[in-house]
Amino acid sequence: MAIISTAGLARTFLTKNGPVEAVRSIDLTVREGEILGFLGPNGAGKTTTLRMLTTLLAPTGGAATVAGCDLATDAAGVRRACGYVAQSGGVDPQISVREELLTQGRLYRLTRTQAVERAGELARDLDLTGLLDRKCGALSGGQRRRLDIAMALTHRPKVLFLDEPTTGLDPGSRADLWDLVRRLRDEHGTTVFLTTHYLDEADALSDRLVVVDHGVVVAEGTPSALKLRYGGSLDASLQDTFLAITGRSAAPADQTPVAV
Amino acid sequence: MLLHDTALVYGRYLRQSLRSRFALLFGVLMPLLYLLFFGPLLTDLPLGAGGSSWQVLVPGLLLQLGLFGASFAGFSIIIEKGHGVVERMRVTPVSRLALLLGRVLRDATVFVFQAVLLVLAAVVMGLRAPVAGVLIGFAFVALLTLSLAALSYALAMRMDTPQSFGPAVNALTMPSMLLSGLMLPMTLGPAWLDALSHLMPFRYLVDAVRDAYVGSYATPHMLYGALVAVGLTALSVTVGTRVFRTA
Repeated sequence: MAIISTAGLARTFLTKNGPVEAVRSIDLTVREGEILGFLGPNGAGKTTTLRMLTTLLAPTGGAATVAGCDLATDAAGVRRACGYVAQSGGVDPQISVREELLTQGRLYRLTRTQAVERAGELARDLDLTGLLDRKCGALSGGQRRRLDIAMALTHRPKVLFLDEPTTGLDPGSRADLWDLVRRLRDEHGTTVFLTTHYLDEADALSDRLVVVDHGVVVAEGTPSALKLRYGGSLDASLQDTFLAITGRSAAPADQTPVAV
Repeated sequence: MLLHDTALVYGRYLRQSLRSRFALLFGVLMPLLYLLFFGPLLTDLPLGAGGSSWQVLVPGLLLQLGLFGASFAGFSIIIEKGHGVVERMRVTPVSRLALLLGRVLRDATVFVFQAVLLVLAAVVMGLRAPVAGVLIGFAFVALLTLSLAALSYALAMRMDTPQSFGPAVNALTMPSMLLSGLMLPMTLGPAWLDALSHLMPFRYLVDAVRDAYVGSYATPHMLYGALVAVGLTALSVTVGTRVFRTA
């Protein structure tokens, strides 16, 4: 069953230098309980798409539904159904972890008691219990990311949008975050829609990939299907597959950066 | 829901203000310096108004406090945007109007608090004014703060860097201060300047508070001042809400 579906979703920004078509036409469906990797070069329109699907930005064309709620007519329903972690996160460095978790609960209209209870649960689940009285600004990168995700999970959303969740994390924290994403799906059936530039991450984590370039979907399928079709064989690296899809010529192997 | 959300947002930002006690007092420094070092220059000058020079100057300083303080309120939201706090709140079901109202009510609270400090200092310097008039003055400061802070947040939501926001606000506040007669009554000036200043909405607020400080409550100044203050607040909150809805 599709929990997200979009048809011709588009966003044009009007700038001083004329209109910029950040997203030209995105058609995609995401199945319930799926981990979807949303890939594309810088400027391909990934973040803009995410901001539209989370009601932060009004589309200038097309339509979409998230968890059965129409993006254009039922923004409140979409907001109840989804959690969003932006690239920058979303906590005030001067405020304590506890206060941020409580405020978030209250923003989702929990009562004070419920908010306290939920903050405790989230802290236990995401290993933040010992950090509750610390200021958000004093957390490490990995701890910050766990807090950002805890905030987004406050209302037990059906869909979780993660925008480059592991950028800047050390390998250990990245591995922990992968485990967390899998656990969310396995234990709660949460659908996870994530963007990343790390192709090993997309390969390891995603059930299915959608590749966008120049504001349109240019390929989609399981990692193996994409490798077979665009990379030439199942043994092709996702790196080469990605470069083949987006039309960037592959660099010599020894110069290829791990992250694209 | 609007009430619940506004109270929540108000509480968050009031705690933020209380965390930086220094900033809370610092805001009152500029008008306080005017009071100490500029006020005494006026005591023997003919200002063409009823009452003492303090009854002319203090209303101006109160509105100066509101004008300069509230106009820069938007700075904080530019910083918050950078941390992603604004978007994180906007993906929750929280009322968009509450995101604005909670913030501007916090600002009004802070500036009325600073206004009280300023008036207490002025009393020490020699101000004598009726209590009712002083209270009316606080009401005007609160309305001015509400509207300017709302406009400031609206402007800041549309701007990405403090570097562009600061000069834009300065370019608006400086002429506002000079043309509204905050320091000295505009009636002292030549006719063209006096006429020009009538195009400046703050002028009506200053005139109204000056009347209140000499105990004249049923005057045309008071009527115009109240109308301008209420109109300005309604307009600003409408503009602010529109920006918070769509930005």
